[in-house]
Amino acid sequence: MKDMMPSFNLVQPIDVKSAINLLTEAGAGGWAIAGGQDSFDWFKDRIKRPHTVVDLSGIDSIKGIRETDDGGIEIGALTTLTDVEQNPIIKEKYGLLSTASGRVASPQIRNKGTLGGNVSQDARCWYYRSGLDCYRAGGNTCYADTPEGMNREHCLFGASRCVAVTPSDTAVALTTLEANMVIVGPNGERIVPASEYFIGPAIDIERMTVLEPGDVLIAIRIPAKWSGAKFYFEKVADRATWDFPLVNIASAMKVSEGIIEDISITCGAVECVPKRLTVVQDIVRGSAANEETASLAAGAASRGASALNYNHFKIPLMENLVKRAIRG
Amino acid sequence: MQKKFNSDRYDPLSTERDSLSRRHFIKGVIAAGTVAGAAGLMTGCSDNSNNSASSASVERLVTINVNGRSRPVDVMPNETLAHTLRNKLSLTGTKIGCDRGACGACTVMIDGVTQNSCSILTHTVRKGNVVTVEGVGGVNGQLHPVQTAMIEELAPQCGFCTPGQVVSGVALLQRNPNPTREEVRQALAGNLCRCGAYNNYINAIVNAAGSA
Ligand SMILES: Cc1cc2nc3c(=O)[nH]c(=O)nc-3n(C[C@H](O)[C@H](O)[C@H](O)COP(=O)(O)OP(=O)(O)OC[C@H]3O[C@@H](n4cnc5c(N)ncnc54)[C@H](O)[C@@H]3O)c2cc1C
Ligand code: SF4
Ligand code: FES
Ligand code: FES
Repeated sequence: MKDMMPSFNLVQPIDVKSAINLLTEAGAGGWAIAGGQDSFDWFKDRIKRPHTVVDLSGIDSIKGIRETDDGGIEIGALTTLTDVEQNPIIKEKYGLLSTASGRVASPQIRNKGTLGGNVSQDARCWYYRSGLDCYRAGGNTCYADTPEGMNREHCLFGASRCVAVTPSDTAVALTTLEANMVIVGPNGERIVPASEYFIGPAIDIERMTVLEPGDVLIAIRIPAKWSGAKFYFEKVADRATWDFPLVNIASAMKVSEGIIEDISITCGAVECVPKRLTVVQDIVRGSAANEETASLAAGAASRGASALNYNHFKIPLMENLVKRAIRG
Repeated sequence: MQKKFNSDRYDPLSTERDSLSRRHFIKGVIAAGTVAGAAGLMTGCSDNSNNSASSASVERLVTINVNGRSRPVDVMPNETLAHTLRNKLSLTGTKIGCDRGACGACTVMIDGVTQNSCSILTHTVRKGNVVTVEGVGGVNGQLHPVQTAMIEELAPQCGFCTPGQVVSGVALLQRNPNPTREEVRQALAGNLCRCGAYNNYINAIVNAAGSA
């Protein structure tokens, strides 16, 4: 017999405005769910105990995929990962996102979990997830960043008291594709580039994204810029299903006559935010897409990495993924 | 004929559970009393324990469509579909392994799509068609070709993951009657088997393909 999650009020608005009002009214006791695949663990473990859960899944206006006038696409935040993976336009033009979506969790979770939820999910550091009062939970210590801490999954870059990483497989793809997040809150709409949507502990240690209480992510827009580019996505995890990335990589290259004209490349699970590899981009732009360029880029990718006790392996892993992405 | 015990198998001809849920239904009406109809822009009802200032929670008395039948049932706002199925509708074919979305033992179909029923609020599927392992076969208890093939293949070992494997297999054959072996593997990828009987399950579904 499994225990139930603690009780809460469940409200099911059918438009964005009511959702924002309900979330704003509920304040700190409010919680939005889309597919709920990240949220229910928190509730079941009694670590987060909202009194009002706002179910966004009845808001039809923020579901679905459509082409935009500028040749890009707009994906409603409530679109399931399976729909993103299988959409013919995304497959054809932005295959990177299709592949990344298909590598999340398991078929059942992708059938329910949404793209908006995937990019808004919380950190997977197990100290934090098991309810310890670490920095991210508002306390004043980090359990992972200690000599005996279990930090195999933690970060190489950007540590600032917290060493947790971004767990999302779609976030790296969206960052590479230079997507924009459309957010509506109590004060209206704002559009935030993916590269600014995710935030690290130095900016706010208790949040992974710029979403403020009362905000609803309504859509993710992908500009035409990388449409049809040469894509590479790879995720390394302990198991092929369910497991979060140890490191993942998403790149988009425009190659003409063997020369890399332009490139966008992002590495995940090595920092609290998807790590845009700008150094790599600068090095390879204008070079031949071959083994030599790939090796040069790989060495540069991990520059500045600072390993913890148990995650040194992530450095060569990251380098090799960069190498594979660039030599194609 | 008098029954000594409730079988796990869903018997569409039995009225027994109907009357049971009707009793629940009536009890529920009394408990929820005043909340009905207060919803405004929201669809749905209220939990009594934890009221926030203004937002009326979902209506607890709902009807969900399970295995082709409308089942009236009293559902708490925080209740998972696995809980409703097993503890309120007596559909205990759906198993709960991890209760965390990480094993697939609780797999059901919602509108033909597999989902983990431990990780769904029942209130979010009021409009959907739920099919559990009890509902994949024929109305008179005939087995689905996937089930027959699993028996022939001696697929299960302990059997705990089997209902989930069956539902994932049936869902696959519904959308793709002739899958490749690799497609079968992918379709079963969200169903953990502690006994490691994966190849048996894959073989069974490959064998069932075409006849489903
Ligand atoms: C066993 C397991 C394995 C997993 N493996 C992976 C994996 O390999 N890779 C991976 O990337 N993920 C993985 N996940 C995470 C899972 O993919 C995500 O949890 C899922 O995509 C979240 O989507 P959701 O809609 O269900 O989120 P929800 O749980 O509904 O929401 C997650 C968070 O985002 C907020 N939110 C959601 N939508 C909005 C919105 N529109 N506006 C504002 N806030 C919003 C919610 O308030 C909540 O805080 C795994 C999860 C489980 C349980
Ligand atoms: S890494 Fe971050 S989330 Fe994990 S224990 Fe340290 S402070 Fe908490
Ligand atoms: S019990 Fe639902 S996935 Fe394990
Ligand atoms: S047969 Fe025992 S868990 Fe699969």
